[in-house]
Amino acid sequence: MITKRIIPCLDVRNGRVVKGTNFEGIHDVADPVEMAEFYNEEGADELVFYDITASVEERTLFTDILTKVASRIFIPLTVGGGINTLDDFDRVLKCGADKVSVNSGAIKNPDLIYEAARKYGDQCVVLSMDIKRVDGSFKIFAKGGRENTGIDAMEWVVNGVNNGAGELVVNSIDTDGVKGGFDLELLDEIASRVNVPIIASGGAGKMEDFSELFRHKGMDAGLAASIFHYKEIKIRDLKEYLRGEGIEVRL
Amino acid sequence: MIAIIDYGVGNLFSLTASLNYLGAEVKVTADAADLEAADRIILPGVGAFEDAIAKLRATGLVDTIMEQVEKGKPMLGICLGMQLLFEESHEYGVHQGLGLVKGTVASITEDLKAAGKEKVETPAGTEELKVPHIGWNALKFDADEPLFKNIKQGDCVYYVHSFYGRDCEESTIATSEYGITVTGAVRNGNVYGTQFHPEKSGKVGMGILKAFMEI
Repeated sequence: MITKRIIPCLDVRNGRVVKGTNFEGIHDVADPVEMAEFYNEEGADELVFYDITASVEERTLFTDILTKVASRIFIPLTVGGGINTLDDFDRVLKCGADKVSVNSGAIKNPDLIYEAARKYGDQCVVLSMDIKRVDGSFKIFAKGGRENTGIDAMEWVVNGVNNGAGELVVNSIDTDGVKGGFDLELLDEIASRVNVPIIASGGAGKMEDFSELFRHKGMDAGLAASIFHYKEIKIRDLKEYLRGEGIEVRL
Repeated sequence: MIAIIDYGVGNLFSLTASLNYLGAEVKVTADAADLEAADRIILPGVGAFEDAIAKLRATGLVDTIMEQVEKGKPMLGICLGMQLLFEESHEYGVHQGLGLVKGTVASITEDLKAAGKEKVETPAGTEELKVPHIGWNALKFDADEPLFKNIKQGDCVYYVHSFYGRDCEESTIATSEYGITVTGAVRNGNVYGTQFHPEKSGKVGMGILKAFMEI
């Protein structure tokens, strides 16, 4: 059976990995290539790189890092951040990415998912979403979680999958950085509407948060950053714990 | 030198990088002379069968591939590259393959349905199996198969596919379970195929590629 995946996320800015809390107060952490190698040794099932840079120079630095990682680490790599066009897909796929994650790019151009899925296949297109509760309903946020688009999250998810998104990253702004557990209410709502792999993001603080996640239907992967970066949880320990809980993982 | 056949299907970055990492000399090529000069040939591929077999035939390399295989040169098909080795595919119509391995390519979705195995019991309860079959799955392989000399039973490999090799029992050298038994790898003499991506399967995948380099 397909194993449940544990995925560390590396937000890269200016050639360094950073991680904030509720997207604010970003801290410098470490060299992305070294971290990728560390996580590969630890048994990470996949790596997600988000390019949170703005300038063209920094973008070149990012693709250089990606190329370096993809030349040394042979597990699936997902890349996101600044993906607005098919050319952006092409740019990161050529540097060794296997999957490309779109977020704001799909909000600006809703045809992007459809076009990319036709060109590269559904399995290549990951729809990443920052979602927050507003007046009792889930809304899609843009610009790193700062701007409410007013889009209903459930409609957005269903449309995205119908257009060809092969996988979803569901990041809850409400639980992100809080370390109180994943946003299971949000995740269950989404899982009841689609049948593509769901990567849960935002809120993991302890190992039990992951076992709890995988006791919910439709959850394929747990993604986290700071708890792994600061070694609060070691991926190998987490996977051994999960196996002990009867959850199939790759060890 | 390992020749990776370039017929315009899929991204060859990881495959080239992984073989380079293992110290192999690699040439991505659509030139028959390179296939003749190579010690080993890899047939990669992602996407749809019909499109891929048409593109492969359009390179004019099929006769050379057949000759080289006949001479005993080791060849490895990966993912769709493995599926092309079979006699035919039932992916959106019926299409002829290279016929280097006995068997057909069939839909996972249809066969899960036919077997009544669309749903499985998991720690979360009864869940529907998702297709494509994407992710890390445990491999069970023939213990005496040299391709797997560097790995352990139950090691996980990385799959991404919606169709799979069927009716190929005599050539099957590895399988994974996903409701139905999915063909993980096949072999007919010096012709090998893996449905999974060794170049994306971490150290286990590197062990398999290394073994192929030593065959």
